Amino acid sequence: MQSTWNNNPFLHLDKPLLIGILLLSGMGLIVLYSAGDQNFDLIVRQILRLLTGFGIMLVLAQISIQHIVRWIPWLYLTGIILLVLVLVIGEFSKGSQRWLNLGLFRFQPSEMMKLIVPMMVTWYLADRHLPPSYGRLLSAAVIIAIPALLVAKEPDLGTALLIGSSGVFVLLLAGLSWRFVSGFVATGILCTPILWYLMHPYQKERVLTLLNPEKNPLGAGYHIIQSKIAIGSGGLDGKGWLNGTQSHLQFLPERTTDFIFAVYSEEFGLLGVLVLLGIYFFILSRGMVIALQAQDTFTRLLAGSLVLTFFVYIFVNMGMVSGILPVVGLPLPLISYGGTSIVTLMAGFGLLMAIHTHRRLLSN
Amino acid sequence: MYSTRLILKNTVHENKIFYNRIVIAWFMMLGFLLLIVIRLFFLQVINHDRYTTLSEQNRIKVLPLPPTRGLIYDRNGVLLAGNNVSYSLEVIPEKVKNLDLMLKKISQIITIEDSEIALFKKKLKQSRYSNSIPLRYRLTEDEVARLSVQRHHFSSIEIKSNLTRYYPLGATGVHAIGYVGRINERELEIIDKSNYMGSNYMGKVGIEKFYEKELHGKTGFQHAEVNVQGRIVRILERRPPVPGKNLYLNIDISFQKYAEQTVAKHRAAVVAIEPDSGAVLALVSMPHYDPNLFVKGIDVKTYYELRDSPNRPLINRAIRGQYPPGSTIKAFVGLAGLEYGVRMPRSRTWCRGWYSLKGQKHRYRDWKKSGHGSMNLHSALEQSCDVYFYSLAHDLGINRLHSFMNRFGFGKRTGIDLTGEKGGLMPSREWKQRLRNKRWYPGETIITGIGQGFMLATPLQLAVATATLSNRGKFMQPRVAFVMDDARINEMTPISSVQSTIPLKQGGYWNTAIGGMKAVVHGRRGTAKKVGRRSRYRFAGKTGTAQVITIKQSESYNARKLAKKFHDHALFVAFAPLKNPRIAVAVIVENGGGGSKTAAPIAKRVMDYYLLSIPSLRLATTSK
Repeated sequence: MQSTWNNNPFLHLDKPLLIGILLLSGMGLIVLYSAGDQNFDLIVRQILRLLTGFGIMLVLAQISIQHIVRWIPWLYLTGIILLVLVLVIGEFSKGSQRWLNLGLFRFQPSEMMKLIVPMMVTWYLADRHLPPSYGRLLSAAVIIAIPALLVAKEPDLGTALLIGSSGVFVLLLAGLSWRFVSGFVATGILCTPILWYLMHPYQKERVLTLLNPEKNPLGAGYHIIQSKIAIGSGGLDGKGWLNGTQSHLQFLPERTTDFIFAVYSEEFGLLGVLVLLGIYFFILSRGMVIALQAQDTFTRLLAGSLVLTFFVYIFVNMGMVSGILPVVGLPLPLISYGGTSIVTLMAGFGLLMAIHTHRRLLSN
Repeated sequence: MYSTRLILKNTVHENKIFYNRIVIAWFMMLGFLLLIVIRLFFLQVINHDRYTTLSEQNRIKVLPLPPTRGLIYDRNGVLLAGNNVSYSLEVIPEKVKNLDLMLKKISQIITIEDSEIALFKKKLKQSRYSNSIPLRYRLTEDEVARLSVQRHHFSSIEIKSNLTRYYPLGATGVHAIGYVGRINERELEIIDKSNYMGSNYMGKVGIEKFYEKELHGKTGFQHAEVNVQGRIVRILERRPPVPGKNLYLNIDISFQKYAEQTVAKHRAAVVAIEPDSGAVLALVSMPHYDPNLFVKGIDVKTYYELRDSPNRPLINRAIRGQYPPGSTIKAFVGLAGLEYGVRMPRSRTWCRGWYSLKGQKHRYRDWKKSGHGSMNLHSALEQSCDVYFYSLAHDLGINRLHSFMNRFGFGKRTGIDLTGEKGGLMPSREWKQRLRNKRWYPGETIITGIGQGFMLATPLQLAVATATLSNRGKFMQPRVAFVMDDARINEMTPISSVQSTIPLKQGGYWNTAIGGMKAVVHGRRGTAKKVGRRSRYRFAGKTGTAQVITIKQSESYNARKLAKKFHDHALFVAFAPLKNPRIAVAVIVENGGGGSKTAAPIAKRVMDYYLLSIPSLRLATTSK
């Protein structure tokens, strides 16, 4: 069972994961250089963020999960309080209230909840018989729902979705019965009209735009149409690095952040996309292996949930950019330009590495 | 908490469930990623061509390069219509941070009307991806200077130079040259939009309109790669514009100006033609107006004043004014009599002062109450005897009269190279039946014989017919433009004219008619002998006086009793010199009274100027 990759007792690192992440970050910088119109400042800032992320990942990887476990409820509580604070005194940016200004720096409490919520749910479920009873399931649902709803209220649908799904993945991995899952999905479909009623007008518009982007080509449909043009015109082998006309002539909005996948597809084509998906799939698979090899309920549930959340990131972003999912503001992990999500993602990988590399110590 | 209760759990069962779930999750991830691959395959392979096209359309913009409009010169190379550089102030919307503040700041430097701001804001809304939007046209040099000094305060403005038409001589020759104006909505439907993409002006009347295609030139294009704001990133392909061709007119502008001055006090028209070539030497319609007003965009008040003035300055009388030609057509009627064998040159008619049809009491009066006595064609022309032509017209009948006059261009357009020409009216039995649904009366034939009744002719038609007569039957379609100059390849193309011949049975008939007209000015009893008396050259002419109102049988015409607008029109046609004529003229002075008194002296002065004062400056390409 023991991997020859992880035999260094002094530095806890998972080499396959690290290689995957490095590959991805490197590709991200290459695409970003093109998408950002060869702006070197942008690259430098992204490198600094990545380094920060790597630092956090390294630190977390050295810490045995057991040392973190007892802090989980407190982290969760703090997170909830911060989320409430955001709604009360948070700063507005682009129409939503997501930021807390702490004087020295500002940050999004919702980001760290992406990690804390699955930890909290796992913590709550792991010490009892699995699959969980209905009563405990209900409590877990409340644990997930409170932060998810608070974030959705900001409004930040993308993050709320991630927070919610990261919690739900724990439940699924914990053995939630399929009957229950299918029943829940059915109820969800039945509740769609109610959900529609509760949605913000801009959210409704995004859904409508997805269904028919050509209806409003210069308004809400503009992003999707331009993004599809970028991807489609890229073809099998792409227009070549730095040669994507859609992106360089600024037809493509948000091309360094949420829509960077369109730039990538335009310049590197379908073949390039297959390479990128290959690397993602390698990281996801390695994460699954780590989850399988984890030695106790808590770590395996947490690892599985983190991997699946990472997957949701990828799928939702690519789906949105290629026009099969509504536009929700989610970056493409480790490729998109942007601060907070990189730190959270790297922290997640740090936890995965910790889970894997501290295994032997536990079994010993 | 969890570590202490670890032992109580059924780890085997849990492991199994967890293992299952992870495998399922792994396959689901694989499935969803495949979904993305399928989606991208659909976009990038199956629909690749469609999106490539869309992408090209996105980035490539066609920008028009408007051509420079051709210049118009007179026959001696004097500029009649040129292009001036004018400056407009344009705003680049994407660089404007606070529009109202910027407008306020700019209006402190130059005056900007509220209406201009309103128009600007309208354009701003309409053009989403435009480079720059004009705020003010036609900046003065002073304004350009003031803006240039303050330029560094405004990154969002541009001073653009454009070429606009100007007519250095103002009103002189306007009825021939015409003018350009802003393209209106009606014209927008007709014109070739791609060729006018960068042009704001087009010819509205005159030469400017007739030769619009040649003067305008061909718009060039730039295929430019643009970004989302429409800013040019780089030029991919450039097709330069083909500038408009320059035009040299047959008109001698000093002559034109002189002719205009001779009738400056009247509502009048003067047309002078070179008989041999059909070249229009002068085309005068008075009063006239300044075409520059229309280029700038005439204000409503001035326009209404021009439009509603009783003197009708906007009407081109020379080609659109239709007048009863009166006695000026008598030479042609006389020729018809000879050609159809109704009269011999020596045939005599007794004039007793009036003419009556058999069995009718109505008297068709001669202008001379006492009568002219025995008249042949020569003397009838010399003295403008009405009775001779009453009788002749009656014997010819309207059908023959109609078809003969038609050959000289009466009742149809001459085909001059100006737009809006009227064809006049040469009445016929068939015409009256068709248009008025009434039968033709013999009395109507009689008055047609002296150019009254239904008959109408434009001054141009009279000049062309006179030129044809002077050419002894050679009809030349009149041409205002002389030669087209393609400056690009240095090629001069003469403007062609259509030529036709009116054959008569005997060439001597021409001599009879021309001889009669010579007698009008040089004969002892000629109606215009005063103008011919001290002439330095011999010429031929014919007076005409057209009644504006019908005088009752019991009344006589008395100018003093009538309001000016009911006074007779004065007409005169002439050509000179008698041998190898170089100029044929038609003059009409509205309500000018008698042709001999008012019109003939004008025509003489015009011919004098042309024949005696102008050195024979001709362009080298003139071909006989």
